[in-house]
Order: sequence, then C-alpha cells, then structure tokens
Amino acid sequence: MRVSPTSPMTEHGMPYIGRSLLRREDRRLLTGRGQFIADLELPRMLHAAFIRSPLAHAHIRSVDLSQAAAAPGVAMTLSGVELARLLPPLPDTQLSLPSKWTSRVEHEFHNPQQPGLAHDKVRHVGEAVAVVVADSRYAAEDAAELVRLDLDPLPAVVSGEAALAANAPLIHDHLKTNLFGAFSMGKGNVTAAMAGAPHKFQRRFYHHRYAAMPMECRGVAAIHDSRTDSITIWSATQVVHWVRREVATILGMPEARVRCLALDVGGGFGLKGHVYPEDLVIPFLARRLGRPVSWIEDRHEHLQCSAHSRDQLHEVEVGFDDDGKILALRDNFILDCGAWNPIGGGVPYNTAAHLTGPYKIDHLAVSARTAATNKVPNTAYRGAGRPEAVFAMERITDLVAGSLGLEPAEVRRRNMIRAEEMPYRPGILYRDGEEIVYDSGDYPGALQKALDAIGGVGVFRRRQHEARQDGRHLGLGIGFYVEGTGVGPFEGATVRIDGSGKIYVSSGASSQGQGMETIFAQIVADAWQVAPDDVIISFADTAGIASGSGTFASRSTVNVSAALHHANERLRQKAFAIAANLLECAAADLELRDGGIGIVGVPGAGVSLARVAHAARPGWDHARPQGIDAGLEETYYWEPPTVTWSYAAHAAIVEVDREVGSVKIDKYAIAHDCGLVVNPLLVEGQIAGGTAQGLGGVLLENIAYDADGQLLAGSLADYLVPTAGDMPEMVMVHQHTPSPLNPLGVKGVGEGGAVAPPAAIANAIADALAPFGAEFNATPIKPEQIVTAVHSAPPAT
Amino acid sequence: MSEVREIRLTVNGKSYQGRCEPRKLLVDFVREDLGLTGTHIGCEHGICGACTILFNGEAARSCLMFAVQAEGAELLTVEGLAKGDEWHPLQQAFHEHHALQCGYCTPGMLIAALDFLATNPSPTEDEIREGISSVLCRCTGYVNIVKAVAAAAEVMRGARQPNLAND
Amino acid sequence: MKPAKFEYHAPTSVGEALAILERYDGEARLLAGGQSLVPMMNFRLAQPRAIVDLNRIPELAFIEEEGEVVRIGPMTRQRRLEFEPRIAAKLPLLREALRWVGHLPTRSRGTIGGSIAHADPSAEIPMVLQTVEGEIVARGPQGERRIPARDLFHAALTTSLAPLEIITEVRFPAMPPQSAHAIEEFARRKGDFAIAAVAVMLTHDGERCAKARLATAGVGPASIRLSDAEAVLEQHGLGEAAIAEAADKAAAQVDPVSDLNGSVEYRRHLTGVLTRRAILKAMAPAT
Repeated sequence: MRVSPTSPMTEHGMPYIGRSLLRREDRRLLTGRGQFIADLELPRMLHAAFIRSPLAHAHIRSVDLSQAAAAPGVAMTLSGVELARLLPPLPDTQLSLPSKWTSRVEHEFHNPQQPGLAHDKVRHVGEAVAVVVADSRYAAEDAAELVRLDLDPLPAVVSGEAALAANAPLIHDHLKTNLFGAFSMGKGNVTAAMAGAPHKFQRRFYHHRYAAMPMECRGVAAIHDSRTDSITIWSATQVVHWVRREVATILGMPEARVRCLALDVGGGFGLKGHVYPEDLVIPFLARRLGRPVSWIEDRHEHLQCSAHSRDQLHEVEVGFDDDGKILALRDNFILDCGAWNPIGGGVPYNTAAHLTGPYKIDHLAVSARTAATNKVPNTAYRGAGRPEAVFAMERITDLVAGSLGLEPAEVRRRNMIRAEEMPYRPGILYRDGEEIVYDSGDYPGALQKALDAIGGVGVFRRRQHEARQDGRHLGLGIGFYVEGTGVGPFEGATVRIDGSGKIYVSSGASSQGQGMETIFAQIVADAWQVAPDDVIISFADTAGIASGSGTFASRSTVNVSAALHHANERLRQKAFAIAANLLECAAADLELRDGGIGIVGVPGAGVSLARVAHAARPGWDHARPQGIDAGLEETYYWEPPTVTWSYAAHAAIVEVDREVGSVKIDKYAIAHDCGLVVNPLLVEGQIAGGTAQGLGGVLLENIAYDADGQLLAGSLADYLVPTAGDMPEMVMVHQHTPSPLNPLGVKGVGEGGAVAPPAAIANAIADALAPFGAEFNATPIKPEQIVTAVHSAPPAT
Repeated sequence: MSEVREIRLTVNGKSYQGRCEPRKLLVDFVREDLGLTGTHIGCEHGICGACTILFNGEAARSCLMFAVQAEGAELLTVEGLAKGDEWHPLQQAFHEHHALQCGYCTPGMLIAALDFLATNPSPTEDEIREGISSVLCRCTGYVNIVKAVAAAAEVMRGARQPNLAND
Repeated sequence: MKPAKFEYHAPTSVGEALAILERYDGEARLLAGGQSLVPMMNFRLAQPRAIVDLNRIPELAFIEEEGEVVRIGPMTRQRRLEFEPRIAAKLPLLREALRWVGHLPTRSRGTIGGSIAHADPSAEIPMVLQTVEGEIVARGPQGERRIPARDLFHAALTTSLAPLEIITEVRFPAMPPQSAHAIEEFARRKGDFAIAAVAVMLTHDGERCAKARLATAGVGPASIRLSDAEAVLEQHGLGEAAIAEAADKAAAQVDPVSDLNGSVEYRRHLTGVLTRRAILKAMAPAT
C-alpha cells in the first residue's frame, strides 16, 4: 500500500473514506497466490462426484451402485434412498420473511424440503440421485459412469403457465399443487382508477431465464475431527453462518462444533447465497468416512444444477391520462421457480415492491404466483426480482410515451417523484415488513445527468433523423430503477485491539470480489486514525463472530459499516478509559492520534494502542481503572430500521443493423447514487460489472429448455457470456445523497448495475425500429427477432 | 499404453518432473502435481480462458491439452510473471486500474494479455477488446481491464515510467 | 468433466501413425490441435479407445510454395498461418478467415488440417478451401489420394476421409494477385462459430466478372459453393441488379438447419444479405 496516515483529508474530513485506495487483496490474486476452494488440499482427501438425472421428471425405480462401488479408487457410494434414512432434508425456506410481512401481506406458501439426494423422483435434468467418493475426481467420474439408473419417465412441465394449468402433472405430489407460493399487494383502487382512465392498454412482458454464471463454480470441502467430534466446512458460499446452521441442524450437532469458512470466492452474484444440498452431503460424507472430502463443481454440473434466475411472465395493464400521467397499474405475474424454492418469497416480492420504481402511481394491484416446474431452482441473482420489475415498468413508460407522441424522458419526468418530495412514501411494504420510505435522492436529476452524458436527447433526435435518411437505425433507451439496499435482519462486527496494536475486525459478511479487505480497512482506519495496513480484516469464518447473515442483497457496506460504527464507538470509550488511567487524566482530555491515544494539546503525552491493549488484559498488573472489565473487544449487531434507497438512470444509444439483426451499443451512460462512497474506484467496478451482466442478459445469455425439459444451454458454447468485445465503454456520473438511515450515510451498490440494462436496451431497440412499429417486450432480444419484427411490419413512411 | 507416464518440463524457468495417466489434463497436472494452483479451471471445454498459460511462448488453453503433451515443453504460468518482488507491468497495471475483483479469471487474463501484446505491442482500444476476448470475466465488465492493458502496453513499450499515483 | 481413460501414442512419423491407426481399426482418434476433440472428450461425448497424437511429427507442419500452389502441412498451426507473410501475399482470403477463427490462444494450438478434418458446419477454414478450390492429400492403407474441396465436405462433422486416413497436405491454389476477395460473417460474439458466413473471391474488371467463387459456412450441414450465384455474376457482371439476383440465388441454394441461434428462414435470409455485402466489400478499393 502506498498511502501514509498523514495523507491529506478528503472532503469528508477523513483520510481514507472516499478515496480510491488500491486493493490489498490484489497482492495474492495477481500473483497466483489466491486460495479458492479447488486449491484446498487436505491430507488423505477424497473427491466426490454426483450422479445426476438425465431426465427432467421421472420416478426413481432403482439406483444400482454395485458396479460403481467396486470400481478402482472408490471409497464409498451412496444413493438418495440410503441418505434419506440417515439425514433429514434441507429446511423449506432459508430466506424467511418476518412476521411484520406475513401478518400484513395476503399470501400462501407451500414449500417442499429438498433432500440431499433425490430418492423418490427426479424433478429436473441435473438433479443428483447418488454420490461416489473416490481418490480422485477422475476415478469418481469413471465410477459414476457405472451407476445404473432405472427411471420411469413422467411428462415434463416446462413453463410457469403450464405448471399452473388445471391437470398439470404435479412436481411435488404431496403438495397437491404446483403453486409454491402466491401473494397479492397494492394500494388504492385499481379497478375504479382503471375504469376512469382516459387511456389504457395491456401488455405481456417476459423476462427470460438466465443465470449468474460466476467464473468459479461451486465447491465444498469438509473434514471431521474425531477427537472433538467437530466438523470444519470450506464452501464457496456467500453465507457461512447459514451453512453452519443448516449443517449443524441436519447432522444433529451443536453449532459450536461446526465451523464454516469461505476462502477466496470467484464470484457469487447471489448464486452462492443460500445453502445447497451439497453443502450438507459433503460434510456428512466426511464424518462418515473419517477422511476429508472435497467436491468441486464443474461447469456442466453448474449449468444443470446450481441455480438459475429471472424467468418471470407479467400481464400488465396500465391506465393513464392525456399528459402521460400513469394513474393505475395492475400486474399479475408468474415466476417459473424450477423444481425447488430455497429462497422462498423474497425474489417475487422484490419484484412487486420495486415495480412502481421512481414514479408516483396511486393505484396499484400486484398478484404474484410462484410455480414449480421441471427446471433448475430459481433463486436470487444480482437484482433479485428487480430487473424483471424495471423491465415491465420502463417498457410501459416508453409505450405510454409512444401512444401519446411524447418523449419517453418527458413521460418519466411527469411521473417521477421529485427531490423536494423526499422522503416519499409509496404506500406499500418492503419485504422486511416495513413501510417503504424512499429516504433521499434526486431522480429527475439523475435522469438528466444520464441523458446529458450521452449527448442530450435533442442532439440525439437530430442524429437519429439524419441516420434514418441514410437507412440507418439509431435508438435511445432509458432504464431507471430504485433499489432498496442494506436489508436486515442484521449484520454484526467484532472489533478487537490486538496485542500488537493492530485492529482486528471480523463480521458475518464475506467477499466474492467486492474488495472488503480494503473498504472496511478504510473505514476502521478512519475510525481509529491509523493506516489501513494496521487493520486486519478477517471475514467469512463462523469462528470469527457468533452470528452472521451474509453478503447478498447489496447489504454489506451499509450494515457492516453501521455495526463497525457502534462497535468502534463503544471500544473507543473503553480504550479512552484505560488510556486515561495510564496517562492519569480524564477521558474527556484525550484524542485519537498517531496510531494511539494522547492528551489534547500535549504533544508527546500519549500511549500506543498496543500499550492500551496490554493494559486491558485480565490478571495481575493490569492497568484498567475500577469498573472496566478486561479485554479490548466489542461486538455489535446492527439491525437496520429498514432499507435505504439507491437509484440510477441508465441511458443507451444503439445502432440496429436491421438486415442481420445485430445491435451495437454506441454509447452507454449510468448516473448513479449510492450515498456516501467509501471507495469510488471499487464502486465504479461494481457498477461496470453489474451493467455487463445486465447487457449480457438482454442480448446474449439464455437458459433454454426444450419441451421435454432437456437443458439446451449445456455448455458455455451455448450460454453466451459477454466478452470484452461485446461490451461498450461505460460513462459513469455520480450523485451523492447520503442515507439518513446509517451513521456513514452509505447505500448499497452491489446489484444495481444489472437491474436497468435490459429495459434500457429494449427501449433503445424499440426506439430505433419505431418506424416499423416493433415492440420488444420479451428478453432475450435475439438478432432473428429484430429481423422478423422489421420484415413483418409495414414501414411507417 | 494408458498407464502412467513420466513428464519432464520447464515451468517459469524451473525444471519439474511428474508422473500421470495420459488422460490427465495439463491444467490438472500443473495445479496438482506441480502445486501451481494459480492457474484456474472455469469450464473444461475451452471457452472461458481461465486456464490460459504460455506453452512454448504462446498462449494456450491448458484444459484442452493432456499433460503428456507437455513433455519437454516450456510453460509460463501466472506464478512466473513477477521477478521476485518486482511485478510485471501487466500485474502493476491491473492493480492500479482495479482490473480484477474476485481474481478467478485474472491469471488467465494476464497471460492472454501478455501474449496478445507480444503480437500487437501498440494496440488500439478496439484491438485490446478483441485481444482479450479469449478470457471471460464476470466481475469487472472489462472496463478497467482494457484500461490496464493499454497502460501496461505503454510501459512495456518503454514510453514512460510506471505512475504510482494512488488517488 | 474429466476424460475417460485411453491408450496414448505419440508417433514421430506418418508411417508410424498410420500403422497405429490400422492396428486399432477405427477405435483410435487422431489428436491434432485438440481444440475440438478435447472438449468432447472432457464431456465424455467422445471416448476413443486410443489417441494418436500427431504433434510429434515434424514432417506434418510446413508451408511451401510449389509454382502456383501453396502447400501447407496439416499440423501447421492456425496462428503460424495468421502471421506468415507468404500466406498474406498468396492466400489473403485464408488470412482474413483466420481472424474469425476462435481466439489467439485457440489458434496457437488449432491446426489447419484439424479444422478441415473436423468439418464443423460453421467453420471458416473449410469455407476458404471451397472458395479457392483447394484440395487435400490423404494417405491411408490404400495409399495416397487427392480429394478436392467440393468432394470433401458433405455432412456435418463428416468428411469423405476414410477412417484410417490421415491428411498429409492441404493444397491451396495461390490467389491471383488481381483477385478481389472478402468474407462477411455474422456471429453472436466475435470468435464464435458463424451463424452464417460467405466468402467471395472475384476476378473482375469493373463490373465485368471473369470468375466468381463464393462459399458458405454455418448455413448447412457443410460448407458449399454458391454455384448459382457464381453463374449469375459471371454471366451478368457486378451491377446492382446482378448482385441482388446472385444474393437471392445464394439464399435459395443453401440448406440451413434451425438451432438456438437461428431458424432456417433466418439463416437463409442472412445468406442473401451476407452474399450481397461480401461481393460489395470485395469490389471496394483496398484502403
């Protein structure tokens, strides 16, 4: 690190917060010294391979493991039937909704519990039915090929609509329904408002199935220590405390005897944000075998058995007036959840809660149904229900504009909540059960900034007109979202002054590339007036802190910084009391300085933090004053009152080649507000990465299934992750309206980038092809659809 | 014929020796038998580029080669980029421009960029984008990787000294 | 995804390789660049009993000029061809095609013979071989024979090579110095296999066209010559109407399949569009 404690202050009056410090984690990651789950080597470690169903829906008649068990190098085989006798299944909903929500929102949930291995039926291609453990992955795969599966095929259900139709084959027979859940919410009187609206129309919007596709797949390793009857699990997970909790519960062990760590994790994006069957099976096998067991997911498995996302079909009706003011909105949507529902109602409720976004819409009715189908489970992926909401709402806004001959940006302005109206209460609940309050922000300001960044609407319209004369099709599209960030229930931080004088920090948060070792060092360094190098960040380990939620939902900077604030404050008070005792003065006469504590106005009269830590110890010759307990450590659990609201405007200019259907992104701008920015360089990195995923989602990425439930995207040759050549330059401009809901004033930024691009691009393409009257209300937008849309509509001229 | 073979090769300037089945992939051999875990596996079907190494001076996907094919070969992996504590200009530029987040694609990206710049030392931005398209990154959106490769190229052309401004 | 076990041979001469192939009587596969074979083996979609690694046979990698023919060894790396001045001079269409073939790291290992023998319907190198009317030399138990491009590619991932034959040479007629050429390709991402591609080589004087050669990739089970389009250009020249007619003929002549990336109709449509664009690009003055 090249920053010294005496560097100049930022505008926040702090040396480190607000500065683009380079990352500490780079040192190991750039030199090949990172440690990812696949790099972990334990003595006498065995390797697991799962046998996975080739069919989408079938009864399991038998699983013959006899040949596999006899194969070279095999230590053990296990079928679902055998495992079901030994282990209970996973809990039915890992992401629970609080009673404040369940008591106030009309809903029903029917969630089955997924066993570690399927034993009665297979419910999606790729679902695991057995496991082989051998001395190498190669040997395990050889043995897996010898497993004889006898499956009795059943008809496959491959869409939410089909799943909910009468007489649809049941995925989970005991539920007697394919409805995993449903809820409805809203405000005002939509029926009356719609009836009275001067204009209305209906549309279907489909946001297709795509996935997080981190570059590192999943992986779990475990070791059982027979001396203490304890288990250590390493998992490429975002939620170490959840894993520990579920493993302890299912193996019937105290949590104190189960430890879970995440090492370097190669991207999560929500996909690694819940507990999987493999997180339970691998520790179970390690305990049973008395040897460490590792399972490293390969890409083929990853596509067919980790998690997918999005896949929502919306039927929307909108009522509006002659000025484009939206009066009423009705949205009935179906989420195609796949065969299991580990996340429960969180994602579809996010969709509902974020639907009206930055707009004042007084009459709203949303009803959502989550359907079981024979596909991979649908869980949270960067945006977690928001991209689907924004796609529908932003397309509606453009369609309203088009129907009245107004500029889309103008219709947005007419409907937007203005800065002077903040804080604003839309009149609906968030998924934490609290009433939504948009706490701060300037939505029209951000919209204007984004439009200015792409050169302005007027200038663009002239360019567009000239290009049309030349037979070229340019289009401008906007995507605007608001995002509730920093959701509860809690996150904690432990701060301890180490005997060396360094400051040790642990938390329930964990990093999959967000740079937490750097940003939290910045925050703690400012709190204690030390250098970031004097802060030890030790996350992603259940041994570091008793309780943790984990990293997902754009929540870690918000919640951990708040927990740190309070822990630091308490610890500071204690440290000052001890320092005052050492310096024989009053605590009120002290200040933090020079990496220690000193008497105000008396240079040289001070003690180092190491000295204070030493003085705080229990035992003989300690130097604590009366009434101060031993130790110099504080743990604080921050329970946020509710979420705090980030937002951004994305604006895209595209050129559409209507003969081949290709889309080139000419300019892409993002005007973003996440409150106080701890590290601008890292924040921009998050926005860029999220935006790339959103652009990939709308134009390239596609998890397609055929009518038999066979996965058509079986490799990265079919699932098209954007490359550098596919991505545009991104212009970013910032607004900063600090959050009033946490001490630092931060808002979350992790997910936002991925939320708006599908809407912005669909709107841009529709704008480019406006002369053809083409609408683009479904994703992905493939070249062929563009060509078809152009050919099937008569030109407007 | 499918039994274990001896393999002798040079990696990052050092001689190594190992034994494995012919079917063992070069990337697994490098990671497991040679203990060089910096090279990562992302797909095992030659698309993601995380496994990119230099094979006799040219970037190649090590998940698409068998270890036995490396008998007598010279490899460069990410562990061989720095000279002791002195980072390669690409590593330095990636650090300064925040061109990595999770770090999983980074070893492959560095090697692919290295080889690309060897074939095109003064690339335009578009050429850089195309040149690094052989490696997928899911975290960065490539924005900063492109900047880093351009900056490293300049240093490698000897045009200026590395700039260590940190703000 | 780890490959299944196999017996491994690394012969050092063509004769040795042929003998091994014969011994396995169809159960051995040749390993050239590995960029197509090894992914299939890693997925266990291909589980050959034996692998015959051609990478230790130096006599199979060469670039030579013999009069008006450029002779290239099958194991010559695509990368080497990409940077070889003689290829840029004598086979500029091949050089242009190589820019579309995968990425630099795949071209480091991928070979010209491997691409031809693998005969992916979307591959660019077979399309070039068709366009310039090249041929391969193959050697097998029956001896040596030549197979011209138009007799080589008939079905997806299949050539008319016999199971125990090895390509020993790829022969390209040098392109006439005054020939105009272009490739138009449409892929979802650069470096991906072509959804549709058309290669054009013209010998022309203004709008008079003495010779037109056009071939495809991605729009049928194998690369074909667009002979109907060629006839239109040679008979009617390179005016706007003739080019439009040639494009229509091209679209009608191909036999595409549907997949995730495009339907039959769309690929047919692309063929017409890319044919027109490729002809115009070939005619444009070099910048």
